[in-house]
Amino acid sequence: MRDPFTRLGSTLVTPTVRQAGFGVWLSGRTLALLPHLWRRRRSLLDQMYLAGVKSVHVVAFVAFFIGMIVALQIGLKLAEYGQQDSIGMLVAISMAREMAPFVTAVVLAASVASAMAAELGTMKVQDELTALEVMSIDAVSYLVLPRVLAMTLMAPILTAVADVVGIVGGGVIAVTQLQLDFPAYLLSVDEALRDPGLLGLPQDLYAGLIKSVVFGFMIAVVGCGSGMMAEKGAAGVARTTREAVRTSIILIIIFNYFLSWLLVA
Amino acid sequence: MIELRGVHKSFGPLQVLRGLDLFVDEGRSFAVMGPSGSGKSVLLKHVIGLLRPDSGRVLVAGNSVPDLGRDELRELRREMGYLFQFGALINWLTVFENIALPLRETTDLPEDEIAGRVRRVLRQVHLEGAEDRYPSQISGGMQKRVGLARALVTEPRVILYDEPEAGLDPGMSQSVSELMRELQGEFGITSLIVTHSQLCARIAADRLGIFDQGVILVEGTPAEVLASDHPRVREFLGSRRE
Ligand SMILES: Nc1ncnc2c1ncn2[C@@H]1O[C@H](COP(=O)(O)OP(=O)(O)OP(=O)(O)O)[C@@H](O)[C@H]1O
Ligand SMILES: [Mg+2]
Repeated sequence: MRDPFTRLGSTLVTPTVRQAGFGVWLSGRTLALLPHLWRRRRSLLDQMYLAGVKSVHVVAFVAFFIGMIVALQIGLKLAEYGQQDSIGMLVAISMAREMAPFVTAVVLAASVASAMAAELGTMKVQDELTALEVMSIDAVSYLVLPRVLAMTLMAPILTAVADVVGIVGGGVIAVTQLQLDFPAYLLSVDEALRDPGLLGLPQDLYAGLIKSVVFGFMIAVVGCGSGMMAEKGAAGVARTTREAVRTSIILIIIFNYFLSWLLVA
Repeated sequence: MIELRGVHKSFGPLQVLRGLDLFVDEGRSFAVMGPSGSGKSVLLKHVIGLLRPDSGRVLVAGNSVPDLGRDELRELRREMGYLFQFGALINWLTVFENIALPLRETTDLPEDEIAGRVRRVLRQVHLEGAEDRYPSQISGGMQKRVGLARALVTEPRVILYDEPEAGLDPGMSQSVSELMRELQGEFGITSLIVTHSQLCARIAADRLGIFDQGVILVEGTPAEVLASDHPRVREFLGSRRE
């Protein structure tokens, strides 16, 4: 009866559109429930601990290597032209603007968003979400709000950690491979981050932190939303977890482009 | 109190309810028995507004459930308890916190009043002393009883039970059935019970309906129905005489 294109369309597009629609609804609903925050302060703190404290070592580890990679790639090229003195500046700018928010978001997507999807997915499959509904407890207020807010708050903090650690990582390369001394490297870093933007924070840092706020919010919404849409069965939870990670990483990349464009312009 | 008239419900090609009629008087209890996968849980979900019928009427306390708005449905659900087939406890909350949850979330009761109520229902389901354990640390049967305690703690006027006896040993199954009977007798709670146990139906229900292929085939007092010589009923009950 239905032609193959319609079938293809409804298997590929309809779920995606449904998920996107749900994601947008969930974002709006979460923001609308912000006044419930005080009641959810306990869960908020728990979730901040889970999102932050438990992933900070991974973020730092990855950021350290990224800082070294950036320093190595750019530094060797600069050295050819005798410009290795400005390595600190380039590492600082690329960490602050792009690398730190990006790697932090990817680490959070892989560790925290997947955990949220698995947790809420399991609840969905075991009728716990239905139980909340029957008890007239709003699942968005009870479950989603603290998780989304925790991520939105922790993502910039972790990004700031990634900034610092990444710059130190770059410094290690500058000293060991490029024969710079550390104070000179820091001077160059300082030069990059000197022009102040809003709130007295350096402009580049500020741009990266704004990005990370958006990423944090988005990752948590995707994680929670996928979980809430999980289908019955253990396979449903597994699929949901996988999709949550994939979708959030894709969205991070897409949003990264548009945010970079917005913040640079 | 609970009335279903000509309720039809399909999921895609699967017709689960096919013109179901069911009536439970206020303060009475009605048990439904039927084959696994026939749609008994689906039936309960219609009564509490989790599913909407494709056609037909679902009335609870005079309200047409599918037509209620968000807030009206909330109001109605306040008067109802639902025991989930697998307990559906929140796994990071202790037994105490699970039972206290509906009170903490939807009432302004002070914490000591809540604690008093929680302890009372824990006693009713014979779970004193399990307050501080997590759902993963107790057996399936205990989880079930915690689920029952959570349904009771808000003092509902209607309780829907999805297989209250499943996963309990015979002694506990009997004592839960007796508790259900007691709740109905003492507090005038109206109950709709989905069960696989003839014993549970005998003890806890005033009326029993055999549900098969989307409708109630035979209905009457538990004694009448369990002795019925309707061929489908005999086929279904035959192997499970107790
Ligand atoms: N939300 C839903 N979407 C699609 N199909 C569903 C849904 N809920 C139930 N079904 C289907 O309806 C049928 C009846 O399910 P239901 O859970 O009501 O059975 P049951 O009588 O409670 O069985 P059991 O005794 O095993 O609990 C099943 O085939 C099930 O797959
Ligand atoms: Mg069932």
